[in-house]
Amino acid sequence: MTMTTELLISLTILTPVLAVPGILLFGNKQNLREAVSLIAAAVLTWLSLNLFQQLQAGTVLAAQWWELLPGLTIAFHIEPLGMMFALIASSLWFVTVVYAIGYMRGHNEQNQTRFYAYFAVAIAAVMGVALAENLFTLFVFYEVLSLCTYPLVTHAGTDKAKHGGRVYLGILLSTSIAFFLPAMIITWMQSGTLSFTPGGVFADGTSVVLLSVLLLLFAFGVGKAALMPFHRWLPSAMVAPTPVSALLHAVAVVKAGVFTVLKVVVFIFGIDAVQSLPVTQWLIYLACASILLASLVAMRQDNIKARLAYSTISQLGYITLGAFLASANGVLGSALHIAMHAAGKITLFFCAGAIYVAAHKTLVSELDGLGRKMPYTFAAFTIAALSIIGLPPTGGTWSKWTLMLGAVDSDQLFVLAVLALSSLLNIVYLLELPARAFLRSAPASESDHHHGGEAPWPSLLALCVTALSCIVLFFTAGPIMQFLQGISLT
Amino acid sequence: MLSHLPILQVILPLLAAPSCLILGRPALAWGFSFATSAAAMLISMLLLQQVWLEGPISYFLGGWEAPWGIEYRIDLLNAFLLLIVSSLSTVVLAGTRQSVAAEVEANRQTLFYVSWLLCLAGLLGILATGDAFNVFVFLEVSSLSTYTLISLGRDRKALWASYQYLIVGTIGATFILIGIGLMYMMTGTLNMQDLAQRLPVVADTRTVFAAYAFVIVGVCLKLALFPLHLWLPNAYAYAPSAVTAFLAATATKVAVYLLIRFSFTVFGADFSAMDIPLHQLFIALGLIAVFSASLVAILQIDIKRAIAYSSVAQIGYMIIGLGLGTAAGLQATLLHLFNHALMKGALFMSLAAVALRMGSTRLDDLAGLSQRMPLTAMAFVLGGLSLIGVPLTVGFISKWYLVIATLEMGMWPVAALILVGSLLAVMYIWRVVEVMYFRDPPASTQVSEAPVSVLLPLWLLVIANIYFGIDTALPVSVTADAAQALLGWGK
Repeated sequence: MTMTTELLISLTILTPVLAVPGILLFGNKQNLREAVSLIAAAVLTWLSLNLFQQLQAGTVLAAQWWELLPGLTIAFHIEPLGMMFALIASSLWFVTVVYAIGYMRGHNEQNQTRFYAYFAVAIAAVMGVALAENLFTLFVFYEVLSLCTYPLVTHAGTDKAKHGGRVYLGILLSTSIAFFLPAMIITWMQSGTLSFTPGGVFADGTSVVLLSVLLLLFAFGVGKAALMPFHRWLPSAMVAPTPVSALLHAVAVVKAGVFTVLKVVVFIFGIDAVQSLPVTQWLIYLACASILLASLVAMRQDNIKARLAYSTISQLGYITLGAFLASANGVLGSALHIAMHAAGKITLFFCAGAIYVAAHKTLVSELDGLGRKMPYTFAAFTIAALSIIGLPPTGGTWSKWTLMLGAVDSDQLFVLAVLALSSLLNIVYLLELPARAFLRSAPASESDHHHGGEAPWPSLLALCVTALSCIVLFFTAGPIMQFLQGISLT
Repeated sequence: MLSHLPILQVILPLLAAPSCLILGRPALAWGFSFATSAAAMLISMLLLQQVWLEGPISYFLGGWEAPWGIEYRIDLLNAFLLLIVSSLSTVVLAGTRQSVAAEVEANRQTLFYVSWLLCLAGLLGILATGDAFNVFVFLEVSSLSTYTLISLGRDRKALWASYQYLIVGTIGATFILIGIGLMYMMTGTLNMQDLAQRLPVVADTRTVFAAYAFVIVGVCLKLALFPLHLWLPNAYAYAPSAVTAFLAATATKVAVYLLIRFSFTVFGADFSAMDIPLHQLFIALGLIAVFSASLVAILQIDIKRAIAYSSVAQIGYMIIGLGLGTAAGLQATLLHLFNHALMKGALFMSLAAVALRMGSTRLDDLAGLSQRMPLTAMAFVLGGLSLIGVPLTVGFISKWYLVIATLEMGMWPVAALILVGSLLAVMYIWRVVEVMYFRDPPASTQVSEAPVSVLLPLWLLVIANIYFGIDTALPVSVTADAAQALLGWGK
C-alpha cells in the first residue's frame, strides 16, 4: 500500500461522486448502470475498511481540501465514531443497491438513472459528514445531503411526492438556516475554532446562558435528528421509493442528524460541560417524550412505511437521549445504537418494500396470512423487530443495555422506565406485522391474482443479509464497543 | 500606455459607442460591443492588479493637476467594482445576441448596442472618477442610456416603465447635483479627496448637512432602497432580458458604490455617524426591504418580476452591512456586491434563455421546463441556491460575513432577521423549481434547449457562483483591504 492517507480519505469521499458519470453514461443499459453503482459501493466499502485498519494501527488520518474562509477549512479527520458511521453507510449502500435492483425493476419505476445518480451523491455527502474534521465541514455536507436527497424524495413526481418534498426540504433547510447556522457562527465567534476537539472548544467560564442557548440551537437546528417537534419531515419523506426510505431515512440522513448531535455534544461542548448545563435536563425530558409519543403515534399508523417512520423518530430519540445523558456509557450506547438501529431498521424497510413489490400491499391490516407466501421476508422482519425492541439474540440488546447503564450513571432513573415502556410499545406495534402474517389466515374473499411468493431475488437476498447482520452484531458487540471506547479517549 | 489605463477604461466604451452606430448591421454592432466590453474587462483586470500591488493610482486628465483639473483615482474599492461591472457586461453581452434579436425590433438593434456601450461607459466613469461633478456627468450618461435600453423592451409597458424610471432617476440625479453644488459652495472644490479634507472644517454648518442629505436621498433613489424602490420592479420586468441581467448585476452596485464613496470617503465615517441616527435608519430600512420585497416576490406571477423584487431585498442586505458602520459590515456589503452580481447575473440570464424560447417568463409558462430546457432549468436552480445562501455558493459567503458583522455589534435580533429573510428566498425560488420540475409541459408547443451561445455564458456565471463560493481568497482579501482603507481614509 503506497496510497497516502490524504489520498485515501479524499477517495473515500469522492468514490460515489466518481460513479455518477458512469451511471449517467450507461443510463440506457440497466445492467451496466447498476454494475457501476455496485462496483463503486464495493470500492467504497473496501476503502472504508482500509481506513479502519489504519485507524486501528494508530495512524493519524487527516486531510485538508480547501480553506474556504480564513480559518475555516473543508478538512477531514477520522475518529472511531465517524469511522463506524462511514463503515455502516458504505456497506449498507452496497446492500441497498442490490436490493434496489430487485425493487426498482420489479416495480417498473421511472427515471431510474436519476435515482441511482442522486443516490450516489447522497452517499458522498454522508461520507463527508462522517469524516468531517470540523463542524463547518460537517455543516456543508449536511446541507448538500438535504439538497441531493430532495429529488429522491420527490422521485414519483406526483402531487403527494411534491408536497412531501416541500415539507422535507422546508423543515430541514429552515432548521439548519435558522438554528444550526447561527449556533455555528456564535460558536466560531466565541471560541475561534470549529474543529472537533476532545473535551470541547469552549474556554472554562463561558457563560452558562450562552452555552444553554447554543445547545438548544444545535439540538433543534439539526433537523435530521428528528427531535420532536421538528420531526414532521420524516413521515413526509416516506413518499420516496422504498430503497431511498431504507437507506436514507432509516440510515444515512437520520443518522447524519443524530451523529451530528453526538459530535456536537462530545467534541464541541464536551460531555462534562453538557452535563453541567441546566438545559440538558429539559432536553432529556424532550428526548424521552419524543421516544414515547412517536411510539404511540406509530401504533396508530396502518401504513407500514408510516409506522416504520414513526418508529424511527422514536429510536432516534434513544440516540439523542444518550448524547444528552452525557456520560461515557450514554455516549457509547448512543454510538452503538447508531449501528444497531441501522441494521434493524434497514431490514424492516426492505421487508416493507418487498411486501409492496411482491404482494402490492402497503397496510398493516392487509397482511393477514401473507407469512405463508413470504416466509423469508417475515422471518427477517421478526429478527429485525427483535433488534429494535432490544431482545437477544440481536444487536439491539447491547445498545439498549448500555444506554440504561448510562442513565444509571447520570442518576436519571426515570429514563430506565421510559426505555422499558418504549420496548413494550415496540413489541406491540412491530410484532403485530409478523403475528398477522403468520398466525392469521388470509381473507377468503381475496381473489389472488398476484403471483404470490417472495420479492425478486436480489431484494430477498439483501433483506436476509441485513437480518442476519442483526444477529451477528449481537455476538460481535464486544469488539465494536472496545473500538468505540476510543471516542471518549481521543 | 499602462499609466493611461484609468482613462482608457472609460474612454474606450465612450468612443466605441458612436463608432458602433457607424457599423450599422446588428451582428457587427454586437461583435464590436462585445470586443469593446472584453477590452474594458482586460483593462480593469490590469488596474486591479496594479492597485493591489502598488496602491491607489491618481491620474490627472490632460495633465491638469488636482484639485484644478479632473482627477481619476483608482483604489481597491473602485478597481474591484470596475472589474465586476466590465466582466458582467462582457459575459452578459456574450449571451445576448439571439435574445436581443428576438426581443428588439431589427431597426433598433444597433441603437441597442450603442446605448449599451454608453451605459457601460457611464457606469465605469462613475466608478473611476475622483471628481464629484464628474460623477454627476457620468451618472446622467448611464441613466439616459438606461432609459433608452429599458424602453426598447418588447412589451409596450416598457415605455411606461422607462418613463417612470426617467422621472425618478431625474429627481435622484437632481438631488445629487444640488448636493454637489452645496458642497462646492462651502468648500470651493469638487475633487473628492480635496472635499474630504475641507469638509470637516465646515462640517457643523447646516449647508453641509443639507448637501449630505440631498446626496444620500438622491443616491438611494438610484439604489432603489426601500421605500424609494418602486421604479425598479417595472423597469426590470419590462426591459429586454439582456438589459435586466446587465442592470441587475451592475447598475445598483454602482449606486451602492456611490453611497459608500460619499458616506465614507467624501464626508467621512465620523460625519455620517454624527447627528441623525442614519446607521440605525439604514439597518431598519434594509430589514424592511428584505422582508417586504421578499414577500412581494413570493406572490409574483411573472418570475422576472419576482427576481426583480428579490433584487430590492438583496439591496436591503447590502444596506444593513453599510449601516453597521464597521469594517466587518462594510466588507460584508462589498462581498455581497460581488456575489449578488454573480447570482443575479445567472438568474436573469437563465430567464433570458427562457424568454428566448418560450416568449414569456410567467410562472405557468415555465411548467415542465426541466424536460425541455434541462440545462437552463438547472442553471436557474443553482443560481437560486446561491441566492438562498447554500454552502459552497457565493451566497453563503455573503450571509456568513453579514451575520458575523451583526453579531459582533451584539445585534442578534438583526442577525436572526437576516437568516429568517433568507428563508423567504427559499420560498420564492422553490415555487419556481416545483413548477419547472413537477408540472408537465403543455403538449401543444415544441420547445428546445437554448442555443449554446446563451448557455455558455450562463453556465460560466453559474460556475463562478460555485467557484467563488469555494475559493474565496480573491473577493475576501480585496474587500477586507478595501473596507479597511475606507474606514482609515480620513485619518
